[in-house]
Amino acid sequence: MTTSLLRRPGLALSVLVVALVVLAACLPGLLAPADPLRGVPEQRFQPPSASHWFGTDELGRDLYARVVHGAALSLKATLVAVAVAFVAGGAIGGVAGFAGGRIDGVLMRAVDVLLSIPALFLSLALVTALGRGTLNVAVAVGAASVAAFSRVMRAEVLRVRQAAYVDAARVCGVRWGGVLFRHVLPNARGPVIALATLDLGTAVLAVASLGFLGYGAPPPAPEWGTLISGGRDYLANAWWLSTLPGLVVVATVLSLNRIARALDGERLHR
Amino acid sequence: MKDAPLLSLRDLSISYRGPSGRLPTVRSVDLDVRPGEIVALVGESGSGKSTIAHAVTGLLPPGARVDGGAITFGGLDLARLPERAFRQVRGARIGFVPQDPGVALNPVQRIGAQVAEALVVHGLAGRRTARGEAVALLDRAGLPDPAVRARQYPHELSGGMRQRVLIAMAIAARPDLIVADEPTSALDPTVQKVILDHFTRLAAESGTAVLLITHDLGVAADRAHRTAVMARGELAETGPTARVLTDPRAPATRDLLAATLVPDSPPKPPPASGGAPLLVAEGLVKEFRLGKAPVRAVDEVGFEIRRGETLALVGESGSGKSTTARLVLRLSEPQAGRIVLDGEDVTRHRGERLRLLRRRVQLIHQNPASSFDPRLSVLDVVTEPLRAFGIGDRAARAERARELLEQVALPASALRRRPAELSGGQNQRVAIARALAVSPELIVCDEPVSALDVSVRARVLDLLAALQEETGVAYLFITHDLAVVKRIAHRVAVMRTGRIVETGTAQAVFDDPRHEHTRALLAAIPGARLDRTPDPTHR
Amino acid sequence: MRLYVLHRMGQAAVVLWAAYTVSFLILVLLPGDAIAALTGAGGAAASVSPERLAELRREYGVDKPVLVQYGTHLADAVRGDFGASFATGRPVGSLIAEALPQTLTLTLTALALALVLGAGVALAATYGSRPWLRQLLLSLPPLVGSVPAFWVGLMLIQFLSFRFRIFPAFGDDGWRGLVLPALTLAVPTAAIVAQVLARSLTTALAEPYVRTARAKGAGPVRVHLRHALRNASLPALTVAGLLVGGLLANSVLVETVFSRNGLGRVIVAAVTAQDVPVVQGVVVLSAAVFVVVNLIVDLLSPLVDPRIVLTGTGGRT
Repeated sequence: MTTSLLRRPGLALSVLVVALVVLAACLPGLLAPADPLRGVPEQRFQPPSASHWFGTDELGRDLYARVVHGAALSLKATLVAVAVAFVAGGAIGGVAGFAGGRIDGVLMRAVDVLLSIPALFLSLALVTALGRGTLNVAVAVGAASVAAFSRVMRAEVLRVRQAAYVDAARVCGVRWGGVLFRHVLPNARGPVIALATLDLGTAVLAVASLGFLGYGAPPPAPEWGTLISGGRDYLANAWWLSTLPGLVVVATVLSLNRIARALDGERLHR
Repeated sequence: MKDAPLLSLRDLSISYRGPSGRLPTVRSVDLDVRPGEIVALVGESGSGKSTIAHAVTGLLPPGARVDGGAITFGGLDLARLPERAFRQVRGARIGFVPQDPGVALNPVQRIGAQVAEALVVHGLAGRRTARGEAVALLDRAGLPDPAVRARQYPHELSGGMRQRVLIAMAIAARPDLIVADEPTSALDPTVQKVILDHFTRLAAESGTAVLLITHDLGVAADRAHRTAVMARGELAETGPTARVLTDPRAPATRDLLAATLVPDSPPKPPPASGGAPLLVAEGLVKEFRLGKAPVRAVDEVGFEIRRGETLALVGESGSGKSTTARLVLRLSEPQAGRIVLDGEDVTRHRGERLRLLRRRVQLIHQNPASSFDPRLSVLDVVTEPLRAFGIGDRAARAERARELLEQVALPASALRRRPAELSGGQNQRVAIARALAVSPELIVCDEPVSALDVSVRARVLDLLAALQEETGVAYLFITHDLAVVKRIAHRVAVMRTGRIVETGTAQAVFDDPRHEHTRALLAAIPGARLDRTPDPTHR
Repeated sequence: MRLYVLHRMGQAAVVLWAAYTVSFLILVLLPGDAIAALTGAGGAAASVSPERLAELRREYGVDKPVLVQYGTHLADAVRGDFGASFATGRPVGSLIAEALPQTLTLTLTALALALVLGAGVALAATYGSRPWLRQLLLSLPPLVGSVPAFWVGLMLIQFLSFRFRIFPAFGDDGWRGLVLPALTLAVPTAAIVAQVLARSLTTALAEPYVRTARAKGAGPVRVHLRHALRNASLPALTVAGLLVGGLLANSVLVETVFSRNGLGRVIVAAVTAQDVPVVQGVVVLSAAVFVVVNLIVDLLSPLVDPRIVLTGTGGRT
């Protein structure tokens, strides 16, 4: 594992970035000792420097500290979103794929309807109903990708279920449960995990988008989308305010996607 | 035939880029094709014969490279011809008939336009005239209703018709040489014969030379003036077809010949078995819904299999033979009919009773590799039925697996490998070992050798016959290949469009076929003239 | 053919009804008191007396049983009446109709731009034999897919408006004001087009019929455009519904970034004010767009691929 990582520097870097983000979310003080909420009025709009890596904002708060501390909120929202999509979508897709027939028909028609509404609009409708806040945004984002998730899950179950080796196992006299746990689920696991990783990246983007529109955590709390949005009014004189948090989001999503591709690729190579 | 060669390969070597360095695929091959001559290039898959076809037509895939030697054609060295110049040769002076007509035509373009393209790119016809000429070419290639067909799309044509379209393209520009890469191996044998007859006659009429790539020595025997045999990238032997077939000098040729020749001695008769037959199928019906109209894939099919005997179920693709196999295995439910195993009606067995049936009836797939869970080792694969029926403990099962591997002539070291690391023939042996694990009374073999190379094919068939003698297992043997049938079957049932048209002992069916379809199948076996030279009056 | 269209219209009506029901369920059944929110105070409705609140509830019909509300609203919606905005009291239909032209101009410009950009990248990546160029071009779409659309807009404003003053940053007058928003909106869509088309072109170029065409002596341009591209365009066509949905969704963000008027601004304002009828109207509209685009795609696909036959029961074979 480690040697194969070294041979793929892009993947190694991606793992490192994700590890840093997780560290920032769990122990923000370790990476950024400065207080993300306390501003020093004399130090407003400082460009990036050795003392303020990402510069300071309109209240003189250290932007780097705000980005690091924001990781916790953003990561929490992302994980909740993917968990919602994973559990609900996996259940719907799995049941549809296994049961087949009429149950499959009804569930998939429902999924089609959800897919006909753009994800962001579905999320916005849910935010309207649930209200603002990080957790609500997370649920809204997760619910919006339930449909896509159940589609993939169902396709995966069907692919494995129709594989010749599943027929062969039945002919060998393997019981229904044995076929499910020994052949179907282990072979469907890889792609689903890869998809979940890919969905993490999508969820980071969606959560940031809703934060940018102003539905995330209420201000002073630093959240990545909110931070980017906050720099919007100072684009002309403080370029770093929107640019740097945005770059952090880009790096995180790129890394998650790179890891997802590696997970998917390993399945294909086997 | 003292003309200067039209095409000559000298010391030709080709390699592919592999994961660890370059893999030589063709090694110092010398070969001549004279004007108007049909030369067969015969070999198993991986012998390098298709690579030569691609090199001659300048269609080597990226990653392949000519390392040395020359391909001389009409004063040009094709091995070093730049792509732009090669386009003047390809299609104009060298025609190409690809394998697998199912995928070799552009699915979204009309037939006529695709044939016309062969003329248009070489400026041999204008946009207007090309259309009419395409129809004339289709007519020459023997396609019925060419004007109608020209307006159709490939998916509206049968495999044989599509192959004729590809032939029409190859002859369009009246080339001096046609390279035909396994032109008919994807077709049913009866269609294969008609198309090859027509193709070779066209070539003879126009004096076109043909380089015929094939894995089937029988095809070479029927068609070629000279035959070259390839093995592992090298030319094993070359000479007049008659000489190569009657007096083979290279071991590779002898292997191919042994595998192709229909054996003189039929299989050993099954032990005389008194009493009830092992399996009786009666009036089986299976319908599928295709759109609105139900299609009867299996129509009132019935047969008997006795203990220790082999019943071959023969038919072309779409005849319903594989569906019948699935019904017998109870992987699919018949709409009508009965399946009686050893006196017990098992047609409606479900759950645990159905599962227990699996101890007595097993299956060998056409593609063994796809019938193994990619995550499991060979040991896990072979012991899976034992585990499922709770036979023995771990150690006992491993011991039994070693025994089984020895029975199918695989080394015990293979147990720890994954199926993906084994060859096709080895995988089929693993599948046989798995089927034998629970000592079943009947094994359904669904085209078990058609995905294998001819020489491997013979060995696997011999193994199946030996195992039958040893264990007394009965086989229901599904195949489209009558040569295979003659080698292994005691009795034969011939299927066509869902019905059994003829049943009898192998002897009777081969010597005195009653049904016209059986006769057509028999006539289509390539290599019927294996001990004769191609008829010189043909040219 | 006519039968097919009729059948598909029926299906479309069912999808729209279901989309309406889903949005109704989400917006009406979930917690959150729209009327209280509307009066401006949310939970602490001190400024409005309980009597006035009850009166408002009656006025908007939210005091009736849920099923009755659903029935009346659905009946209205079928006639094209999505009710009145809680916030402004204006009919939802005219609110949307006013905002729609702006958004349509933006999304259609972006769609055209995305198709040209995406197809260009895909063709350039699969044509020719320079591996480094191919690698570079093929790595672009996943990269772009990892970048938040709104951030791209902000970066464009920062460089092209503030630093180099080429295009105006905000406002929606004239084509110059349209360039940056359309570009921002086009980039993620172009990435999807490029990715799907490049993948299907690569598949098509490896098909045996391409070898057949080359064996006839056809040159690379002919092979690429006549044989591969047409076969490859069907997978790209089938994601069109997804693309248009994505464009609509991203237009919300882009309109916010560039302070343009349009549907996006309408829904953002409505979500902020918990203006349920407006949100519902926009959601149903987006579903309708999706359904119509997919119907068009399905009607077009037999022209691209003759193997597809439209059957009376609405299936494709």
